[in-house]
Amino acid sequence: MIGPLAWNILLAMLWMGFTGSFTGTNLFIGLALGYLVLAYALRGIPAFANYATKVPRTIRFIGFFLWELILSNLKVAYDVLTPTYYMKPGVIAFPLEARTDGEITIVANLISLTPGTLSLDVSSDRKVLYIHVMYLDDEAEVVKSLRYLEHRALEVLR
Amino acid sequence: MTDVVVSLFLLIGAGFMFVAALGLLRMPDLPMRLHATTKAGALGGGLMVIAVGLEFFGDVAVAARAAAIIIFIVLTAPIAAHLIGRAGYFVGLPMWSKTLKDELKDRYDPQNQVLLSPGEVSSEDKPDRDKAE
Repeated sequence: MIGPLAWNILLAMLWMGFTGSFTGTNLFIGLALGYLVLAYALRGIPAFANYATKVPRTIRFIGFFLWELILSNLKVAYDVLTPTYYMKPGVIAFPLEARTDGEITIVANLISLTPGTLSLDVSSDRKVLYIHVMYLDDEAEVVKSLRYLEHRALEVLR
Repeated sequence: MTDVVVSLFLLIGAGFMFVAALGLLRMPDLPMRLHATTKAGALGGGLMVIAVGLEFFGDVAVAARAAAIIIFIVLTAPIAAHLIGRAGYFVGLPMWSKTLKDELKDRYDPQNQVLLSPGEVSSEDKPDRDKAE
């Protein structure tokens, strides 16, 4: 049994074979066309049902995450380059909504990747992630933005 | 045109790496050094790899390798940062004096290697039911 993503890649390969040009641009075109075909033709089949919404969601999430990454990197860079320290560091306990090991791993990694937050450890009962935060001016605000990131990541994963 | 874009990506990438190196020297304690180095370093490295991919635009072999490098940087950098930070914390390295709060303090039991969530009581502190009856 192969998943929707494998079908999409297979269709892209076929497309490249039929058009006879094996370039990166053509692979991209093949993937896009394959996605359209799968999203339309197989919309009623359960295994493919949420593939149509998942792909744009994943792309949007990657865009959103890159933007966050650049913004927070600039914030940390500013603090490194200017003489005064603006940091208000602290360790907070962040209640997780992710449940399985895979989800927790990905959420913790995404949190670690954004500068200003570093996941230290997960509690043994897997309910709480301990995070070192660099700018703890407003804890509610920090938790809110982390929660938003987690929600968007879970949307893609589930 | 491509030359300008490639140079920009290379310069910005190098800039982020410089900031990472400077952060390693300037930040006051271990977790914040990790904040400064791993992420800025990963972003800088990623930008430089993208620059190489753009320089050889349309070359599938280069593009595939560039994509693979970025994926592996993104996968490994946070894990390394997390492990170093965790080890440093539990070994007992002092935090910066201006650290506001520490909710992880005294929640870890090195004997049983159990980390409690907030509000949870450790099994040793719980009243023993058999004795109570």
